[in-house]
Amino acid sequence: MSGPERSMRTPLGRVRHHGAAGEGTGHFIAQRWTAIALALLAPWFVVNAALSIGGGSYTAAIDFLTDPVNAVGVILLVAVSFYHMALGMQEIIADYIHKPFSKISLLLLNAFVPFVLAAGAVFAVLLVNFGA
Amino acid sequence: MAGARPDQRPISPHVSIWRWHVTMASSILHRATGFGLYVAALGLALWLMAAAAGPQMYEPLMAFLMGPLGQIALYLIVAAIAYHLANGIRHLVFDTGAGLAPSEADTTAWFVILFAIAVPIGLWALLTFGGLR
Repeated sequence: MSGPERSMRTPLGRVRHHGAAGEGTGHFIAQRWTAIALALLAPWFVVNAALSIGGGSYTAAIDFLTDPVNAVGVILLVAVSFYHMALGMQEIIADYIHKPFSKISLLLLNAFVPFVLAAGAVFAVLLVNFGA
Repeated sequence: MAGARPDQRPISPHVSIWRWHVTMASSILHRATGFGLYVAALGLALWLMAAAAGPQMYEPLMAFLMGPLGQIALYLIVAAIAYHLANGIRHLVFDTGAGLAPSEADTTAWFVILFAIAVPIGLWALLTFGGLR
């Protein structure tokens, strides 16, 4: 970091911790690598799921999820897509929601809800494979 | 301002006087489909949990998904995935600095929209007439 005399920020802004969070590049890169991974995972899942469990039967779904390649693929799909979508939603919230309380509440929800459901989804795949 | 008469000068754009461009629609659709797929992904998690919970949870869910409303939802989800996928790749190309000329961006935007229309039709045709299930 350059010294304060080179900064574009005002002294008041600095004192109040305004300005860039300095996390933009990490967000940008994470959005891209998850996008590239999902460009492979999402079509794989849609086509395979449609073909093997599109009939709607319970046994077809269990057969699909107990195949090791499918189980690993679905776990990866959930992990990567939930990360990707939380990053995207963070951007939408930051763009459109300006009231501090609403913004912080939605950002917190967006941080927690995908994690909780991703944990549940991954555990569900494990349960199908290893559960009693 | 010298030169063109006032009515020939470009008008400063404002919310209500934008002409719709396909690149503009493609940008808005990317965010809209991303938002929709957020909800759909939460549904994917619930679907997996229903499968783990057993047939008494899974079968009612599948009865809904195989019914008219569920099939419309799945159709739109597949269209949204196709759109977000193709337009996401378009944006990855943009990130390299390529394809940003207006004519190229317009062409690829139309291609992405047609792709998103074709994919769900193709998948449903395959499932319905492909004799695969």
